[in-house]
Amino acid sequence: MSTVPATQRLGARSRFRARLGDRALLVLTTLGALITIALMVLIAYRILRGAHLAISSFGLSFLWHTVWDTNKGIFGAGTLLYGTAVTSAMALIIAGPLGIAIALFLTELAPSGVRGIVVSLVEMLAAVPSVVLGLWGILVLGPFVAAHVEPWLHDTFGFIPIFSGDPSSSGIFIAGLVLAIMVVPIVASICRELFLAVPSELEDGALALGATRWEMVRGVVLSSSKPGIAAALILGLGRAIGEAIAVTQVIGASNSPQIHASLFGGGDTLASRIAEQFQGAVTKVQISSLFYLAAILLVIGLVTNLAAQLIVRRFEFQRIGAD
Amino acid sequence: MATVERTLHLRGGRKARRRLLTNRLAEGVALVAAAAAIFVLLLVVYSVARRGASELSWGFLTKPLPLFGLPGGGIAPLIVGSAIIVGIGALIALPLGVLTALFLSEFARPSLGRPVQLTLDLMNGLPSVIVGVFVFGLLVYGHMQSGIAGGFALSVVMLPLIARSTQEVLRLVPQTQRDGAAALGATKARVVTGIVLPSALGGILTGTVLAISRAIGETAPLLFTTAIFANNVSTDPTHAMPNMPVQIFIWSESANPEDHARAWATGLILLLFVLVTSLLARTALGRWRKKMGQV
Repeated sequence: MSTVPATQRLGARSRFRARLGDRALLVLTTLGALITIALMVLIAYRILRGAHLAISSFGLSFLWHTVWDTNKGIFGAGTLLYGTAVTSAMALIIAGPLGIAIALFLTELAPSGVRGIVVSLVEMLAAVPSVVLGLWGILVLGPFVAAHVEPWLHDTFGFIPIFSGDPSSSGIFIAGLVLAIMVVPIVASICRELFLAVPSELEDGALALGATRWEMVRGVVLSSSKPGIAAALILGLGRAIGEAIAVTQVIGASNSPQIHASLFGGGDTLASRIAEQFQGAVTKVQISSLFYLAAILLVIGLVTNLAAQLIVRRFEFQRIGAD
Repeated sequence: MATVERTLHLRGGRKARRRLLTNRLAEGVALVAAAAAIFVLLLVVYSVARRGASELSWGFLTKPLPLFGLPGGGIAPLIVGSAIIVGIGALIALPLGVLTALFLSEFARPSLGRPVQLTLDLMNGLPSVIVGVFVFGLLVYGHMQSGIAGGFALSVVMLPLIARSTQEVLRLVPQTQRDGAAALGATKARVVTGIVLPSALGGILTGTVLAISRAIGETAPLLFTTAIFANNVSTDPTHAMPNMPVQIFIWSESANPEDHARAWATGLILLLFVLVTSLLARTALGRWRKKMGQV
């Protein structure tokens, strides 16, 4: 309403034009936002429509059937769900604590000169394209792990089934490691923001009461960021579940992707199966089954994201409530 | 007597020593974790650089792709193709992302703003292989692969990134500037086009560069949309276009060591581009942020 004096002077015609400009911009930006929403809806619709044939012929039992036979036209995602669960769980077990520790180093320990450098280096690790990381995974990391790490694990912990198999330069274990490298920067950067947001009065208070730095971190920083950390881990998990290319390169799908306890053997995940077979798929049922896999991934992606958001929102609410 | 005991307890007690030791240990773990992440980054960069550099030459950058099984050849088509595909993606994602961000920061009521924000977050978390499958179903199935389909797929990856960085940048434009312009009688449209956008422009463009550097390395969105291509430089986006990530993927799956060497060299080019642009963009964004903070 600050426009009143000016528009009075401008006269009816230019006032009309000014209003037209406002309207046009409003319509334009609203349109942009609506297109964005429409795009997301279209993505979900297309994936579900593509999966329709497979959904109607295999139903929900697709989720636990383990046969994937392109010749007979029988498809099930059981093995792939297993592979996805194992690789992403392994990634999270390694990357979760590492990411949190890095975030703590950056917010509580690092001197300010080092901090900026480490932050950008961790961000650069996130920027490495997954296809390059996968290339490094099969040609450098895989052979090294097969020659040095896996034999050691096998000899020392061989009585545990997951370390029982023969070492191999491609397989679930390598895939888990590569995914962990991708998840670390995500967890680290989200947690860093969380820890920065912890009120410094609380931290100073704990230190003034005689707590050591670790006691302060455990009692104040970590305990007040618990829900946020959970959200960060969920987002990291979502990233690991959805990664296709690097996993395809290192997981060794060609050597018997079956459900087996050993981590050293080959396997396959939902995303990597799509990347491997989509191009070569000929029959309608196979293409549709691959769409079905994408639909499962889509649902997992939406659920993980919504869960993370819900946790964060609750958390913010709590913090505001506490003030 | 009692005070002496207490002092002793604080200084040298076993409990205090254990607390300090635990503290040291925790600090050590945090330090080692940060060092490990940096070590992995340097190791990856070093591996790619060492193996890729020996293959790099002027000819490698300028020649067409090698014929199947033959030595020699270069990656000129990949560089041109990647540039065009990501350019198409940016052309779609930039206006859409900026408009969406403008809507959210300048116009939206919460009732409509919240679903838009949610959509952006969900899109950002979408596995990129889903984007590939989606665009295949929308544009490729029944037709054929094309650079446009690939560019469109990359635009889905870039859209939430651009929208989010633009939102962040718009938030940094001081409210006082908007109010001042409005007080002088400027309409909302004039405020946005004359004040908000010009002062946010640098930040928006830097955010776009970041989105490009993220999208140019994406393989999964291109794998089903622009992956069966000829060996020569192609500038026609209505047909499948050669591009760096897909070719690295193909070469990395090959059993031929010569293909591995090519994959390393192409990976080096891609990695250099991505790391340099993202580093530059981040520095520029940091500086821009500081400048806006001072105003």
